[in-house]
Amino acid sequence: MEIVTPILYDLLSVSRDCAPVLAVILFFQFVVLKKALPNPHKMTIGLVAVMAGLYLFLLGLDMAIFPIGKSMAASLSTPDKYVWTMLFAFCIGYSTAMAEPALLAVAQKAEEISAGGLPSFYLRNAVAIGVAVGLTLGVHRIFVGGQLWVYILCGYVVTVALTFMAPKEIVPLAYDLGGVTTSTITVPLVAALGIGLASNIPGRDPLVDGFGLIAFAAGSPMISVLGYAVIAKYIKEPKKVRR
Amino acid sequence: MRNFFYLLYKSFVDVAALIVVLFFFQLFVIGEPFPDMAKMITGLVLVVFGLFVFMRGLEMALFPIGESMAYSFAEKGNIWLLVLFAAAIGYTTTIAEPTLIAIAGKAAIITNNKISAFGLRNAVAIGVAIGIAIGTLRIILGHPIHYYIITGYIIVMAMTVIAPKEIIGLAYDSGGVTTSTVTVPLVTALGVGLASSIAGRNPLVDGFGLIAFASLTPILSVMCYGLLVL
Repeated sequence: MEIVTPILYDLLSVSRDCAPVLAVILFFQFVVLKKALPNPHKMTIGLVAVMAGLYLFLLGLDMAIFPIGKSMAASLSTPDKYVWTMLFAFCIGYSTAMAEPALLAVAQKAEEISAGGLPSFYLRNAVAIGVAVGLTLGVHRIFVGGQLWVYILCGYVVTVALTFMAPKEIVPLAYDLGGVTTSTITVPLVAALGIGLASNIPGRDPLVDGFGLIAFAAGSPMISVLGYAVIAKYIKEPKKVRR
Repeated sequence: MRNFFYLLYKSFVDVAALIVVLFFFQLFVIGEPFPDMAKMITGLVLVVFGLFVFMRGLEMALFPIGESMAYSFAEKGNIWLLVLFAAAIGYTTTIAEPTLIAIAGKAAIITNNKISAFGLRNAVAIGVAIGIAIGTLRIILGHPIHYYIITGYIIVMAMTVIAPKEIIGLAYDSGGVTTSTVTVPLVTALGVGLASSIAGRNPLVDGFGLIAFASLTPILSVMCYGLLVL
């Protein structure tokens, strides 16, 4: 029973995820565009691979990563383990972002389109370091207190400032990467850490402080990717920038 | 065959950092062995293999489908049909999103059905639909993205002041739950394909950004919903 529940739950959530998209695609393809799909065999195999792959991935996460990650987050989230908790937040932010399938997809597309000018590995590292720093900052805020909206507002201001400094090719990509990092792996682990910390530290509200951590994970990659682009531009063509 | 192992190895590398972090903290910081090693290893093998299979499916189907549909719509020349398609993708993928269903259920219980699960899910899904539709129009018009997003931020800040307090946390969270692993590659391919099929558009400058719209507009639509029902 302990094994059966996640197996069925994951199967259900994957099919719920995929069925509506498939329905819309097929309707527009055949009824509105009145065209056959190119390479129907390859497409069918590919779609089955997407669903099967996602299903196995989720099943593996439920078996190996989530139980251990969540119990770790719970046991680390006590006020006396400040340094270890900060280090854990940094490491878990970096490593979950690097393994996030949606981020892999967007970074791969960006590398393809920029003809290698934006290597997927660098982009993913910029995002992952952003998530890591953002989460560490978020955990620090839960420890010492402080208004969430002040941090968010500062983040917005820095994002807007960097937007005007960065090359315009990177801006839409950087904005996209903020939404991409908070999907399959990061959110459950980060929520466990945030809620654990907020319930163990007196004066914190799990609802406000626990969920607020996700906002840090989503906002910081925009800053790190824009920052990476500004630095890369400065190194490549310092004269143009100083102009 | 060699290629197969290379790609499998690449998926392993993607997950490797996570495995190292979990082992380090479990063995050296917590100082305990894993409770069930066999289950742990089976799970990790599934994660790596699942990621590998998913990435192949992405290259074989999701990316080509998104791009070929963008080309077909551009060829047909009907902008509103394309915008309708984009909105339909946004609405249908969001309304069925498992995380959103769970959150909406909890919100209904906490507020004694003042916020209904059905209403909240529709508010988020309509927000995503409008966001992706506006994002698609932006690609067609070729406007710079940051004017849209910065305006959006300002409206979010202003709405935060007038919206009922209970809805604010939910609204901010709903921006994050809307980007599922299947939708992201499809929508990305759609935007990039569209930007490359319109003359004078650059796929990098104009093609990306749809996800950013889809994460911003639900915050606004949920706050509007809060103003209506609370």
